[in-house]
Amino acid sequence: MRFERREHRPAALVVAAPMIAVAAALAVAGVLIALAGAPVLEAYWKILTSAFGSRLSVTETLTRASPLILTGLAAAVAFRARLWNIGGEGQFYLGAIAVAAASARLFDGWSSAAQIPLLFIIGAVAGMLLLLVPLWLRLRFSVDEVVTTLLLNFVSLLFVSMLIDGVLKDPLAFGWPQSEAVDAAARLPKLLTRSRLHIGLVMAVAIAFAIHFVQSRTVFGVRSRAAGLNPTSAVFAGVPLGRTLVIVAMISGGLAGLAGTIEVLGVKGYVTSDLSPGYGYSGIVVAMLANLNPLGVVLAALFTAAMFVGADGMSRSVGIPTYIADVTVALSLLSMLIAVFFTQYRIRR
Amino acid sequence: MTGPVLELDRISKQFGDNLANHDISLNLAKGEIVALLGENGAGKTTLMSILFGHYMPDSGKVTVMGRELPPGKPRAAIRAGVGMVHQHFSLAPNLTVLENVMTGTESLWLPASNAAAGRKKLLEISERFGLKVDPDARLGDLSVGEQQRVEILKALYNDARILVLDEPTAVLTRIEADKLFSTLKDMARQGLSLIFISHKLDEVMATADRIVVLRGGKLVAERKREETSKAELAELMVGRAVKRPVRDASTPGEVVLEAIGVTVRTGGVDRLKSVDFRLRAGEVLGIIGVSGNGQATLAQLLSGTAQRSAGSLVLFGEETADLTVADAVTSGIGRIPEDRNREGVIGEMTIWENAILERLSRFSRLGLVDRKAGVAFAARIIQAFDVRGGSPTSRVRLLSGGNMQKLILGRNLIEPPRILLAAQPARGLDEGAVAAVHQRILEARRAGTAILLISEDLDEVMALADRIQAIVGGRLSPSLDAEDADARSLGLMMAGEWEEREVVDAV
Repeated sequence: MRFERREHRPAALVVAAPMIAVAAALAVAGVLIALAGAPVLEAYWKILTSAFGSRLSVTETLTRASPLILTGLAAAVAFRARLWNIGGEGQFYLGAIAVAAASARLFDGWSSAAQIPLLFIIGAVAGMLLLLVPLWLRLRFSVDEVVTTLLLNFVSLLFVSMLIDGVLKDPLAFGWPQSEAVDAAARLPKLLTRSRLHIGLVMAVAIAFAIHFVQSRTVFGVRSRAAGLNPTSAVFAGVPLGRTLVIVAMISGGLAGLAGTIEVLGVKGYVTSDLSPGYGYSGIVVAMLANLNPLGVVLAALFTAAMFVGADGMSRSVGIPTYIADVTVALSLLSMLIAVFFTQYRIRR
Repeated sequence: MTGPVLELDRISKQFGDNLANHDISLNLAKGEIVALLGENGAGKTTLMSILFGHYMPDSGKVTVMGRELPPGKPRAAIRAGVGMVHQHFSLAPNLTVLENVMTGTESLWLPASNAAAGRKKLLEISERFGLKVDPDARLGDLSVGEQQRVEILKALYNDARILVLDEPTAVLTRIEADKLFSTLKDMARQGLSLIFISHKLDEVMATADRIVVLRGGKLVAERKREETSKAELAELMVGRAVKRPVRDASTPGEVVLEAIGVTVRTGGVDRLKSVDFRLRAGEVLGIIGVSGNGQATLAQLLSGTAQRSAGSLVLFGEETADLTVADAVTSGIGRIPEDRNREGVIGEMTIWENAILERLSRFSRLGLVDRKAGVAFAARIIQAFDVRGGSPTSRVRLLSGGNMQKLILGRNLIEPPRILLAAQPARGLDEGAVAAVHQRILEARRAGTAILLISEDLDEVMALADRIQAIVGGRLSPSLDAEDADARSLGLMMAGEWEEREVVDAV
């Protein structure tokens, strides 16, 4: 048996690949559920109903998906240009803490209309700055950004821990390390009453469409793709490599910072050191599941969010640890990578 | 003589709709050198991949020393004594020569590698065939020619009796190639049997005992070297008589580009040292030289990807500041890069995107790419330059080398440029495609384009250039009119002889 490169990627296969991958991942996860001694079909049914079975569960899934769409886009945009931004988690936290600090200290008493747009900008800029440092190191000294962005996650998280246990500590939180709450006027409007769902979802989806447009239709999109696919040819064709990567990094870091922003302003209202259940890292998975397609990111984020919300409910009723969600998402990433491989190669006997 | 050492019997192989090999039979005797001649895409590499077990044939069988090989098993082929030297080496640049040679020859479960025995065997082989190497050199530090030697040694180390070389000279300079062929002949004298794949008539005629011509997946002819000629082989290979076009007389126009004392310094080294040249409208200036003497930098300078550190560049009568890629493209410099795949195109992008990438500002408004105009532009190129194998929206990766080059030529020539920089424009192309590329260059010359042709191929330069300068160690020789040039004078120029003459004149 051997693999041969396909001349053409059949369109049907490209569309079917993620679905087959997810199905395969669920099947393998089913084996694990069975090994843990729970009824497999019931467990799946619980995951499904817990994620989509009621008004509450649907809004919870969508609330979870909102920051995931943004971190997923952050990874997808960067990876397209072969900028390996693994630092989404750190950028998420830096965006979150910047917004919390600004709202609590600077904008106290401002109106919503004045505060919220400024806070979005502040959160995005914080994420940007954190990614521009590794990019500068790469362009100036050829330092591998996989390492620097990854390690900056820990720097960023520890920095946030320091602030929320120090200068930004909420005196009313009974000693818990959490930041002062953001101004009430800074909270994002809800999409639905009696839910946690906020306008961040609409914004995230709109941004996904905007990025799809930018990548497929604009000069910058073509250039960033060229820079990623073949830097030497791109330079020969006059693509300003450094400038293109800087813009890509600003978009990518900005989106991850924005994810932290909407999570603080839309859901929590303050920053703790467990604000993110790994949204930055899951964003990488989401981007890969979507094969770096911005619109696919929306669907992949929904799937991932549904798995996490569904697994919470499932574990309560059939007694399987919620880790099964992590395992399933990880398995779907692996099977997606295999599926993508098979859209490019075929098996020869 | 005890029968053939290798027999390929009625091999057929189909990829999709493409019949890569159709009913091909071939044999090889002990001590014989057979050349497998054919254009790109004729099925040479597929046939050898079947022999070596990389591909399974759809039908037919391979027999080595009277024993049939199981299909699709490279290990079995190696054990039967077949060695393959790939065009793109399958070596690890971070390992030493000895480590590379021994990789895969020992069981992974051995507690320790028996490097001492390996070294002894390697040195014996290297001695016997006159293939000198340093076993402890890191492979990445070796030149391409030396790396190829290692690849050959690796095959011999595995006790190969039959050696297959896939386009061995594609990456070599002329001198290295000559050396390689004398080594191959020596190996044949010592009883090895060799097959080499090539589309170069000169080397086939100089080296092979027997020549097998493939065309369109079929074996079209088999000739003994003494019974054939270059002209016949060329015709057999292409299927019709091809003649490379030759320039006709012309009167050059005004000077469009002049370099005065230009020095380019990159990475702390002067790659070009105070070079002077003038380029006139409607003429071809040929720059010859052994590769690695500054050609790449000269091409980069005019492409806008390298900047000079001293001297001046006068473009259309005006002194230029730093020349960027955008300046070059908008001022009418067409650019054919030396390495198609690395610099010229982006394989994963579409043909239309590749066609307009260097002219994005023209094919966009307010930052939005005008896809329709881009596709139309690509369609015009495809039509006018006979690019086969893709539509404007298919990916460039699917095109053959010749068609990629036509696309690159097309995007530069469809609107006649004032200057054309052509770096190794025909490298790696088959006879038919070479003729087509030369034809286009001469058409541009007739239309008044000034052409700077950088090439290692003397035949190409002699056929196309009006004047010739040699590049040696980053310096340019004075120019020589093509009428006064012959192989000897050019050889002296490429060896840097002109400098000595200047010294003599000075005394």
